[in-house]
Amino acid sequence: MTSVTSKPVRRPAGRRTGVTDPGGRRAGVSEPGGRWALVFVAPAVLGLAALYLWPFLSTFTKSFQDVPAFGPATFVGLDNYRALLSDEEFWKAFRNSALYTAIILLGIPVAVVLAALVEQVGRGRAVYRVLFFLPVVTLPVAIGMVWRFIYNGDFGLLNTVLSWFGVPAQFWVADARFTVYAFGVVGIWMSLGINMIILGAGLQAIPKALYEASSLDGAGRIRQFVHITVPLLTPSIFFVTILSVIAALQMFDLIFVMLRGVNNTALADSKTIVYLFYEKAFVQFHQGYGAAIAIVLLLVIMIATALQFRLQRSWVFYG
Amino acid sequence: MKRKWTAAAALAAAAALITGCSGGSGGSGGSGAAPGEKVTLTYANWSEDQSPAMEQIAAEFEKANPNIDVKIQTLPWPEYWSTLQVGAAGGTAPDAFWMLADHFREYAKGGQLLDLSDTVKSAGIDMSVYPKAVSDSYTYEGKIFALPKDFDTNGIWYNKALFDAAKVSYPDDTWTWQNVQDAAKKLTDKAKGVWGIAAPIDAQGGFYNTMLQAGAQIINPEGTASDFASPAGVAGLKFWTDLQAAGVSPTLKQLSDTEAVSMFENQKVAMYLSGAYWAFRFHNNANLKGKVDVAPLPQGVKRATVTSGIGNAGYAGSKHPEELKKFLAFLGGTKAAEIQAATGTVLPAYKGTQQPWLDAMPEFNLKVFIDAIDYSVPLPVAGNAAEWQGLAAQYLTPAWNGEKPVEQAAKEYQDAVDKVLAKQ
Repeated sequence: MTSVTSKPVRRPAGRRTGVTDPGGRRAGVSEPGGRWALVFVAPAVLGLAALYLWPFLSTFTKSFQDVPAFGPATFVGLDNYRALLSDEEFWKAFRNSALYTAIILLGIPVAVVLAALVEQVGRGRAVYRVLFFLPVVTLPVAIGMVWRFIYNGDFGLLNTVLSWFGVPAQFWVADARFTVYAFGVVGIWMSLGINMIILGAGLQAIPKALYEASSLDGAGRIRQFVHITVPLLTPSIFFVTILSVIAALQMFDLIFVMLRGVNNTALADSKTIVYLFYEKAFVQFHQGYGAAIAIVLLLVIMIATALQFRLQRSWVFYG
Repeated sequence: MKRKWTAAAALAAAAALITGCSGGSGGSGGSGAAPGEKVTLTYANWSEDQSPAMEQIAAEFEKANPNIDVKIQTLPWPEYWSTLQVGAAGGTAPDAFWMLADHFREYAKGGQLLDLSDTVKSAGIDMSVYPKAVSDSYTYEGKIFALPKDFDTNGIWYNKALFDAAKVSYPDDTWTWQNVQDAAKKLTDKAKGVWGIAAPIDAQGGFYNTMLQAGAQIINPEGTASDFASPAGVAGLKFWTDLQAAGVSPTLKQLSDTEAVSMFENQKVAMYLSGAYWAFRFHNNANLKGKVDVAPLPQGVKRATVTSGIGNAGYAGSKHPEELKKFLAFLGGTKAAEIQAATGTVLPAYKGTQQPWLDAMPEFNLKVFIDAIDYSVPLPVAGNAAEWQGLAAQYLTPAWNGEKPVEQAAKEYQDAVDKVLAKQ
């Protein structure tokens, strides 16, 4: 393992100062004042401010207000937050989102194994990658429609397959006991492709010499996977975990496509945090309350991410 | 110095780029265009099915008003209301747009709609040509803010082939609740996977009608309380829970997976109580050719159906209010109604223009929907309608599934609705 860290890191001294032009002068990047720099970053900064900072600040303000559909808002202090914390519906949504996130995390080991397997494929590796990546570039609406058919209680493919093993038919997306799990499976399937790409890049960065050395020492494929691949892949796994948790806590599209608009009675017990936000803010016109949900979600995501950064010290291996 | 100017220009260009993204309705400012100048009005709807008819109406209007150009904008239903709300608040809403009774109050109260009271007077529009239940729902504090475009009442859609197979006589205007319950039992054939009726938790096509037929009000005229748990209210709900309990309808779970209307189209259910708006879809379904017809809703203590309709409204912030009023008056007139009737898409609200709609689909006894105007009641929309309507599935599911007495579920639902109504 030491061979990884003992790579030569010393750079030639002359290169350290950066780019020099043919005349020998340093390029005018750090010209005093840097007015040009300001001009060049202005579009990006303004865009960022207009598209991210402004909406964020306005959401933040709204969360302390009672905002009617139209007309002036009134300041209500912490009322929205207080109402939120005693709202049974919010806690239900919170539990659903947490459960969904936990299920999505189960998909990461699957992605690691599959990424390692695809890496073993010589010819046709690209074909596998495309197949796994297809769900990522498919419209969530189309995915939702297809899975609705698969999950259908009367004619669904899933129940047909399960019936071969004697499992009784279930209404996977019409029975609130199953909906979140049903979403979880689709969520894993949808994110597998992108996770495998990230993990695949991590795999290629692992020096082949390690595998050669270990096989000389008599390590088999599984031993190599457990003792070389997984430890050296942990930075990529960590990255994937962070992204997955954030995306999972924001889940909305699946529930929107699969349950809404068809009078589905399971909807009331299957809402996620973001779905509840949508319903409060845009269907029921409670924008202040919706904003409070958004801010609480932001806090939840921040805490979850901070927690992961703290925990990573004990399991992520940076070589 | 020169450098400063270039910098400023670059910044301005960047700013223009950003505002350009959120723009949309720039164009000539000020109200009323100069004579000869071309004015563009946008007209938004949410129906892919109806947009050809809307295009046709716009073309007809442009012919008579060459200086006005009407652009039809079709938005998907899930985005329609959020887009409209954000647009109205930000000053970029379409000039004319479809309105629904349950959203109307928020917009009228918020001052987002163009007051059409004067236009109605000056253009000589007779409001009595529209079903009163519909035109009333677009009046706020005595002012008219939208002209009814279409309306829908409810009836019994039924599958003749399934009735014939079970040797049950077709529903007609003598039918009572009991006839429906009896027929549903006879029509149900579990072996063939056929149910007599679809009994979902459906407000507009379902329990609102039966509650009214039993003598309930749903929401009191003051808009302060509901009566789901009154004896009449419970009777209206029991009409549906009895059907579920008798096993003559697909279960709620089945109806969640496959909508009631699809079940009816797949010929899995023999009766489907719902609106006039399905006529066009059933008419176009080749599998249903010659198999479907419609009858009036059954009578309870009395006859009743809820009715609602789309209204054509204008945006108060429109840059061209005069042209817009002209267009809205046209939309409320006979020509626009006739175009809609002839294409068969909807039942126009304008009295006397419905014949082409009836003629467009002669295989159905569509007159029942027009006759139903006489006993129709406006869809209840008091308070934050979207909020309390959304509670129905949550509170009524246990009653439909037989897990809770109807009286108890109705009481809990009533309390939840009243709590929302009290907030207004």
